[in-house]
Amino acid sequence: MALGLTIKFLGTIVELALPMILSFMIDDVVPTGDRGMIYKYGGVMFLCALTALVGNILANRVAARVARDTMESLRSALFTRISYLSSRQVDSFTIPSLESRLTSDTYNLHQTIGMMQRMGVRAPILLLGGIFVTVTLEPVLTLVLLSTLPFISIVVYFVSRKGIPMYRFVQEAIDRMTSVVRENAQGIRVIKALTKEEYEKARYDRANDNLTKREKTASLTMASINPVVNVFVNLGFVAVVIVGAYRVNSGATLPGVVLAFMNYFTMITMAMMMITRMVIMVSRATASATRIAEVLDAPVDMAVVPEEETDRLTAEDVPAIEFDDVTFSYNGKKEDVSHVSFRLGKGETLGIIGPTGAGKSTLIQLLMRFYDPDSGTVRIDGRDVRTIPHERLAEKFGVSFQNDFLFADTIRENVDFGRGIADDDVLVAAERAQAAPFIEEKEGGISHSLTIKGANLSGGQKQRLLITRALAGNPEILVLDDSSSALDYATDAALRRAIRENYAGKTTSVIVAQRVSSVKHADLILVLEEGEITGMGTHEELLDSCELYREISESQMGGAVLE
Amino acid sequence: MNKGFGMPKGPVATDPRNVPTGGAKKLKVLLRLGVYIFKYKWLFLFALLVAVASNLFALSGPKLSGLAIDAIEFGEGHVDFETVFYYAGLMAVFYVLSSLLGYLLQVIMINLSRSIVRQMREDIFAKLMRMKIGYFDKTQVGDIISRISYDIDTINATLSTDFVQICTTVITVFGALGMMLSISPRLCLVFAITVPASILFTIYNTKHVRPLFRARSAKLGELNGYAEEMLSGQRTIRAYGREKEMIARFDKRNTEAVDAYYKADYYGTLVGPTVNFINNLSLTMVSMFGALLYLGGAISLGNVSSFVLYSRRFSAPINEVANIVSELQSAASAAERVFRLLDEEEELADVADAYGFTDVKGELETENVQFGYEPDRPIIKNLSIKTKPGQVIAIVGPTGAGKTTIINLLMRFYDVDSGEIRLDGTPIREGERAALRRAYTMVLQDTWLFSGTIRDNIAYGASGEVTEERIRECAKAAGIDSFIRGLPDGYDTVITDEGVNVSKGQRQLLTIARAMMSDAPMLILDEATSNVDSRTEMRIQKAMLSLMKGRTCFVIAHRLSTVRGADTILVLRDGEVIEAGNHDELMNMKGFYHSLFHAQFEG
Repeated sequence: MALGLTIKFLGTIVELALPMILSFMIDDVVPTGDRGMIYKYGGVMFLCALTALVGNILANRVAARVARDTMESLRSALFTRISYLSSRQVDSFTIPSLESRLTSDTYNLHQTIGMMQRMGVRAPILLLGGIFVTVTLEPVLTLVLLSTLPFISIVVYFVSRKGIPMYRFVQEAIDRMTSVVRENAQGIRVIKALTKEEYEKARYDRANDNLTKREKTASLTMASINPVVNVFVNLGFVAVVIVGAYRVNSGATLPGVVLAFMNYFTMITMAMMMITRMVIMVSRATASATRIAEVLDAPVDMAVVPEEETDRLTAEDVPAIEFDDVTFSYNGKKEDVSHVSFRLGKGETLGIIGPTGAGKSTLIQLLMRFYDPDSGTVRIDGRDVRTIPHERLAEKFGVSFQNDFLFADTIRENVDFGRGIADDDVLVAAERAQAAPFIEEKEGGISHSLTIKGANLSGGQKQRLLITRALAGNPEILVLDDSSSALDYATDAALRRAIRENYAGKTTSVIVAQRVSSVKHADLILVLEEGEITGMGTHEELLDSCELYREISESQMGGAVLE
Repeated sequence: MNKGFGMPKGPVATDPRNVPTGGAKKLKVLLRLGVYIFKYKWLFLFALLVAVASNLFALSGPKLSGLAIDAIEFGEGHVDFETVFYYAGLMAVFYVLSSLLGYLLQVIMINLSRSIVRQMREDIFAKLMRMKIGYFDKTQVGDIISRISYDIDTINATLSTDFVQICTTVITVFGALGMMLSISPRLCLVFAITVPASILFTIYNTKHVRPLFRARSAKLGELNGYAEEMLSGQRTIRAYGREKEMIARFDKRNTEAVDAYYKADYYGTLVGPTVNFINNLSLTMVSMFGALLYLGGAISLGNVSSFVLYSRRFSAPINEVANIVSELQSAASAAERVFRLLDEEEELADVADAYGFTDVKGELETENVQFGYEPDRPIIKNLSIKTKPGQVIAIVGPTGAGKTTIINLLMRFYDVDSGEIRLDGTPIREGERAALRRAYTMVLQDTWLFSGTIRDNIAYGASGEVTEERIRECAKAAGIDSFIRGLPDGYDTVITDEGVNVSKGQRQLLTIARAMMSDAPMLILDEATSNVDSRTEMRIQKAMLSLMKGRTCFVIAHRLSTVRGADTILVLRDGEVIEAGNHDELMNMKGFYHSLFHAQFEG
């Protein structure tokens, strides 16, 4: 970068010499009538022009490279930071906003970094150089011209100070528009089915109008800099002509000097224009940079707690999973999980069942440390999950969430998920997850490409693929969060059988389900209701002791919903 | 049999060979951009006038200052102050006017370009709403967003500055040329060399840069697409601790994107210095020849200086044009991406005089329907169903049997390949698509809600105005009212994107409440209660029954208990109905249904 700036510096200086030579020619060479000298200086000018050409091209390329490298590492850092944001932080930034920070904001910065290097050197040099040369030519006239600078600075300062927050509003409006588009792409089936296209258009138009309005305000504000600066500079020049006339008349200066001044004046004007353009871009970039910095500077949430600070259970038969009086709330008001305690031995299966919104998935989120409990402790193998480094914790789990994430890549990649799992293991897992039959039918088998969000799979196929992913890593702890709801009973039963046969006793499993049949063979079943455990035990025990469980069970085994 | 509608089968693949290439294509893109501007032609013309005026004033500056300096030139004690003041005064007035007009011009252009950009964004979105559903399965949202933001931004930059600049440039160039001709036609010969040189260079460079800009837009779109996809899956990535791998993949795309940007820059940066060089060359030549002419007594010193100033005025816009041409390249590539989206295949337009499906009774019939997402792989084979108004039809079968596909066909998300679907005796293909869909209300497995208040989300299901009572009534019926009222903000609670505040099951209850808001004569329940526990399901059973009452219902469910009461149960396997009848009939058959039914009690 320093190299680029130096080259740029040289190129610009050489360009600056051109009008100087021109002035020298007209004032000093021409009156002598020496044609040879005229050719000679013409030659020098040509050389200067050539040097400027090479220098500027080189410098611009260096600038482009610097901008590229800066952006590459900044964007990467940003994505990395985003990847490690805690769930709470993601919730508060929101995904559309993170997305537009990662794209639109970094793009603004990229543009500005490139331009700043090109103009950022050129403009000040042209300006300072112009001023320097004019000072040596004629200090008094220069002072006259410079007297406009304070006014210009004040204008630029105030306008850009107003502009930065405006550009922030613009970016926020982009967030909102992004979020509407995202939602619509996700919900297009529902929107079309309900013929809500017009409604959505209206919703989008509001976001669009709002963005347009903010962009206009910001642009108009920033656009006022240019004419104001122009007026000041040009009036300064008029003053130069008048004062110059007096000084020529009094013999203090020569007409040729005033003439040369005009040339430098053009240069200074150009420099001022560049500077105002830069101010505009920098204002916008500052707003974007702040938004990026907010993410980069977000405090590390849920850091790994040193183990000494917690008590570790070291008994022989320490439970694989233990919840010790855990209480948690998403919003800090209503408790989503309250005073949950249970223990699960190694290789055992835990079933969690309960009505909608009882906090079943929340327990999983706490177990995997997406959130930290407000009070109480979650332990895995006797160790507080907060003391386990994130990656070590993650590699213990194989998990399938409700409506989990599939992406546009091959089936193999979707299962492997960057873990480097051998094809054979993928196939074995697919077999157990009952996914093998439909995968085989696909062209290319596990090399078959999924479309975005796995849209070319049926709901049940998606779930089986997600379970394949969960099984493929031979996890210590298998978590299936309501992940077989779209499977027909026969497939579901086969799946459960396969899991029981292959993993029971080795893999600790946590199964969240709506169906009693999915959990009835579990070693321990938790019945949750409104965040509290209302029943705990085996299927048989619960049928005796827990009314809610009995009700659920009966409703599923017997009575029809439709008459 | 139907008489063979001339339906185009599958997406009409755009043959890449048919796409006009190179110049013709670029011209088409620019013309389409022109269409947008044409809407504001009077404003645009006005802007041009202002630009001309502003430039004429600015252009007079050097001439006036030349005249003023001529008056100074007499040297010590002989300066003609009256003339100096006269011209200095004029200069001041002209410059101020020029700046004022300059600002006015910017105001007009900002308004103009923003209106155009707004229009384009609106068009894109309206287009998305008309798109076939499958479009969203093959296009990353991030890429669409990249078009709406980055590409349109690029176009905006061009619109707001470049178009006017090109027009004023032409004026400036000719104005300056005229001025220079009036001073010294002989000196103007210099430009006979440098101007063609600039033009040739620009043309040469353009050829190289065009594909680079195209790659730049495309790569940025890809990056955005990937970023969007990964951000959506953030939770899973965390669960598996795959951050590092995903970051590495992001980095790869990031590198590609910045490289594409760099490559376009690399050639783009040639333009400025090169054209500048050509300008400096003319300056050199002008001063040399000017000096020689002065020595020959053919020109005054003041005129040399004016000429030099004009020559800079003359070359500055040429410089500008060269830069603009390269910016136009980037705008054209961006516009190309926007227009390509606008040209995507839409849902087929309704036929002329399409039937409006009013007072639908709900008698639905499919006849020999065959359909596949890919033409050679039929998902639905020879499907014939007949329903009477108010009947409940259940569709059961293993996953992937084509159950959801049937719904897609009934609602005309896709058109059948052969066969016919009739509603109240009218082929649905001859009706209005929107009217057909309005005849349905639905609850899907997909619990999509938009980010808005709970109230708005429930009201979403109704087609007209709704009362607060009605919303509460439906929420109550769907068994979600007490939960909502328990929230700190009640019905004003804003549902967020990933919705930590509302569980999956609760979201589904909200979609049920939403469906209840509708008075459509037909109902589709596609795994409507799959996210709801069975106890809650029992609790809302009455509501579900009242939702179904009087409507023709299509129910897809795995819990066979849910479908027991259906009038007809269709057992679907590999796209074919293998068994049909009511529960008892099917059980008596001891066929596939029978085995499915028993499977659920096994464990």
